[in-house]
Amino acid sequence: MPDPIVVAEGLHKSFGDTHALRGLDLSVPRGTVCGVLGPNGAGKTTAVRILATLSDPDAGHARIAGYDVVREADQVRARIGLAGQYAAVDEKLTGRGNLRMFGRLCHLPRREAHRRADELLERFGLMEAADRQVSGYSGGMRRRLDLIASLILRPEVLFLDEPTTGLDPRSRGEIWDHVRELVADGTTVLLTTQYLDEADQLADDIAVVDHGQVIATGTPDELKATIGDRLDVVLDDPAALPAAMTVLNTLTGTDPTTTGADRLSVALPGGGFRLADIVRDLDHAGVAAADVSLRRPTLDEVFLRLTDRKETVR
Amino acid sequence: MTALTSPLGRLRWTLTDGLTLVGRELGRLRHDPGELVAALIFPAVMVLLFGYVFGSAIQVPDGGDYREYLMPGLFAMVTFSALMGVMTRMAADASRGVMDRFRSMPMARLAVPFGQTGADLLTGLLMLAIMVGAGLLVGWQPHRGLIPTAQAFLLMVVLRYALSWVGVYVGLAVKNDQVADAMVPLFLPFTMLSNAFVPTDGMPGWLRFLADWNPVSALTAASRELFGNPGAPSGSVAWPLAHPVATVLLWSAALLLIFVPLSLRAYTRRGR
Repeated sequence: MPDPIVVAEGLHKSFGDTHALRGLDLSVPRGTVCGVLGPNGAGKTTAVRILATLSDPDAGHARIAGYDVVREADQVRARIGLAGQYAAVDEKLTGRGNLRMFGRLCHLPRREAHRRADELLERFGLMEAADRQVSGYSGGMRRRLDLIASLILRPEVLFLDEPTTGLDPRSRGEIWDHVRELVADGTTVLLTTQYLDEADQLADDIAVVDHGQVIATGTPDELKATIGDRLDVVLDDPAALPAAMTVLNTLTGTDPTTTGADRLSVALPGGGFRLADIVRDLDHAGVAAADVSLRRPTLDEVFLRLTDRKETVR
Repeated sequence: MTALTSPLGRLRWTLTDGLTLVGRELGRLRHDPGELVAALIFPAVMVLLFGYVFGSAIQVPDGGDYREYLMPGLFAMVTFSALMGVMTRMAADASRGVMDRFRSMPMARLAVPFGQTGADLLTGLLMLAIMVGAGLLVGWQPHRGLIPTAQAFLLMVVLRYALSWVGVYVGLAVKNDQVADAMVPLFLPFTMLSNAFVPTDGMPGWLRFLADWNPVSALTAASRELFGNPGAPSGSVAWPLAHPVATVLLWSAALLLIFVPLSLRAYTRRGR
């Protein structure tokens, strides 16, 4: 495993009575995309803010490329980019004006700041709108400009805090393409998102955060494997539902969930289930099935299982 | 590239980055001059409303033209607008994530408040120039020569800069542009509760006390004196109005001493 470029160990952070983080650990290998998933209020944004030097942890420490985010914040800031939930750009300025300003504030010489602004506008397809005020941009264009503004110094680590929240599918796809390009160039990306398909699409590794702690990590496939494959059955006749329940319960040892008047879904523990056997068992019980299918669970199912809030620890 | 490590490097980058942010404000102004116009609508309406409507019925203490009496008060009112202007700008940057971007960049930290107050000084001068033009148009003029006139404008600039730091602090404390916008009208009584439009003599005692000690009153009184406009304090008046120049300078020094450290601490603190 390559050396991690983002390391967080035992991060704690409280705001008054709210414990946003309670011992969060994270490790992101260089050149990969780490997707941080969690319900609202799980501590995702707090963690990103600490890693991006915007906030100090109460306890624990974090390093970016070997530099401590508290004691060596300037070194960290020279190596990171942050694009957040807002389009954090000046609405009254043009796209080009914004990038030139941020370039100067990154201490690029004037000519270099101008050159870099044009280069980024060209590469991310905003050249045509470069001289328009940002207030006239569409939501997708703003978010793209926000992303570009975080790339001026070619950051080693890019923090994307819910980069596509509120965007239409097309604009989301465009942002995803850009992120893939950046990763291909060697950028490490730490992405928080509430869209699980976004994590599925982009992330090499996923860290599921809940109650301020990482409760599961792994590749999307590994996480899906933890809850096993799923079997979906659609019946010809809803009246056969009880019979089908019994068959599937005997087969798997767990109660299937009904996902409709005529359909059932059940997790298959471990491997070794053959579709043909299942169909035969249903047939023997006199259950006529319109459709029987085996599939990998979606990340949504993994997520719901992991963050099930039945036992709320406070 | 000079790093941010040495004290000299820090100072240099604070200045350079501050100037970049001043440039940002000028860029905004160029793209959207309406903001400046909007800020001037209120005083312009005051020129018309008080200069010609209410003023026709107001008796200036030692005689003289009401519009000559009024203009120093309006200059002071425009000066006071620095507080609201900087407050809303800081709150907007804080609530829209722009300030987080600044904080996550390797730029000089103190450049943001210094740049914002510096930019306000420039726009303030522009607004003052426009108000002077409006004043000359309605018959106001300075009567005591170049030096006192320059001194009067210098006092406005000094108090404006001090008030803009109050704006930085309040804006950082509010952190929400909608709240900040809603707060703007609350500052109106501060400028009205003064000698800008009418003498304070006729006000009830407690109100008169507030009006007499209002920095807007001191600035207005100092300007009237230095411009040679009617209504300059004479006889037995409250201490601040008897020594208006000293009062403006004391107010400015006090505001800077309190709000510069408070603002810098609020900006550099890494809380949430």
